[in-house]
Amino acid sequence: MADRRIVMHFPPTMIDEPIISGLVKTYDLGFNILRASITPQQEGVMVLVLEGTEDALDAALRDAQEKGVRIEPLEMEIVRDEDKCTECGACVNICPTEALAIDLQTRHVTFDPDKCIACELCVPVCPPRAMQIAL
Amino acid sequence: MPKTYADINAKIQAGKAVVVTAEEMIGIVEEDGAAKAAERVDVVTTGTFAPMCSSGAMLNTGHTTPRMRFTKVWLNEVPAYAGLAAVDFYIGATELPENDPRNRNHPGLFSYGGAHVIEDLIAGRDVRMVAEAYPTDCYPRQDLETLINIGDLNQAYLLNPRNAYQNYGVAVNLNEDRDIYTYMGVVQADLGSASFCSAGQLSPMLNDPYYRTIGIGTRLYLGGGVGYVYFQGTQHNPTEARAENGVPMGGAGTIGVVGDMNQMRSDLVVGVSMYGYGVSLALGLGIPIPILDEDMARYTAVKDEDIVAPVLDYSREYPYREGGPLGHVSYAQLKSGHIEVRGRKVPTTPLSSYVRAQAIAEELKEWIQAGEFLLSQPAELLPSADSGQGFKSLNERPFNNGGVV
Ligand code: SF4
Ligand code: SF4
Repeated sequence: MADRRIVMHFPPTMIDEPIISGLVKTYDLGFNILRASITPQQEGVMVLVLEGTEDALDAALRDAQEKGVRIEPLEMEIVRDEDKCTECGACVNICPTEALAIDLQTRHVTFDPDKCIACELCVPVCPPRAMQIAL
Repeated sequence: MPKTYADINAKIQAGKAVVVTAEEMIGIVEEDGAAKAAERVDVVTTGTFAPMCSSGAMLNTGHTTPRMRFTKVWLNEVPAYAGLAAVDFYIGATELPENDPRNRNHPGLFSYGGAHVIEDLIAGRDVRMVAEAYPTDCYPRQDLETLINIGDLNQAYLLNPRNAYQNYGVAVNLNEDRDIYTYMGVVQADLGSASFCSAGQLSPMLNDPYYRTIGIGTRLYLGGGVGYVYFQGTQHNPTEARAENGVPMGGAGTIGVVGDMNQMRSDLVVGVSMYGYGVSLALGLGIPIPILDEDMARYTAVKDEDIVAPVLDYSREYPYREGGPLGHVSYAQLKSGHIEVRGRKVPTTPLSSYVRAQAIAEELKEWIQAGEFLLSQPAELLPSADSGQGFKSLNERPFNNGGVV
């Protein structure tokens, strides 16, 4: 068994179609949705982990792409520019994995790169743009 | 016995003043009572660090050769306002470059704007300036392109019409499907998050709820340097409903502040991009509060449990001004990580940095202890709860007939 961390972008016309459950059944996959949202242009964005055999995963992603879903792997690294971070906490609820967390006693905001899945959701949300994509 | 500003300043100059932060004052008043605390403590320092949109910088470059009366000015492509005398201009924190796509591809990124220009100047970075003018006999020059640097300017000062809001609403999103992008950050759909933006018990104006010591001329900490209150802030609303302890239960008092940017630090004056909303300036500000009497000791001992803020729906009720608050929550609840709204547990999103607020209150305390910072008695206090001054809305009066009444 293998797992894939991916970002799926659904075009507006497909939002109501039960794509994921279809894939999961057809290819016998396990899945864990880390975050799902719908943009104002009605594009659906889903960050998820899919589990299955390598062959099944390849076939499932090909299938989804043929149906019009855009798929990106989650493989960039996200870093925090410590000089820029003001420790406001605006990023904490956006982060699906608690890589960004606030200590409720000290009010310090911590970033744990080991928990980060590089979903990038915090990048535009951070007001001083301290969360950055390292290429 | 009540103290005067002169008593307190004499003690500061003698290195004998007792200065504590608003956090430390809570414990002191709890232990000793307000009367004793008022005798012992001379000054309580406060602090806040948060986006404050109504901010900007007044700049004067000195004259060009030949002379020019700027009519239009851009700094790093961000327009500044030049409808003043020859080489005076003002750059507002929220101004955007003319070619910024705004929210055309929603949510917009708003990566650079006036607040970032201000941060760049304070950091000592060169800024590209472009200016246009029409020629006159005394000011013949028509265009200019040059680098400018804060060190070369005659004046560079922050001139912020509305800062340090005394309390503020908590933003939630009742829309079941859509995250919303606001000046309170991203507020997640279906009561998915609640944004708040106040330092609570450390916040300057929450420690002097009736502005008994804050007014025109109050010397304060601004962006790492010294600043002053120049007037009541815009939308100053002292008649907002108050709790029994006198603390307003929603946005109330505000101050207009001014301070020399040459003294400031770019980690305390920070351009920020609010996703899908625009640009703002995150700013550090602290006010020292003289403990003139027992009442001031009591006011400065206010704690998060005793300060409440209204919960407002920013998906509909706030923008369209329908309905009222969904309830009130305390800052202690907000800082616990979640609040309850309509029976549901909603995670809270802070926008104001409490860690920085603490550092500001601490630094201001050190300045006063070192005798470097004296308190100023206001020339005039801000209008308070008894002033009758409220918060007006615009009464729109459409004009027809080309404006002929
Ligand atoms: S939103 Fe950005 S500045 Fe604020 S705590 Fe998170 S990383 Fe730091
Ligand atoms: S990219 Fe940001 S939001 Fe995503 S997991 Fe990493 S820290 Fe969290």
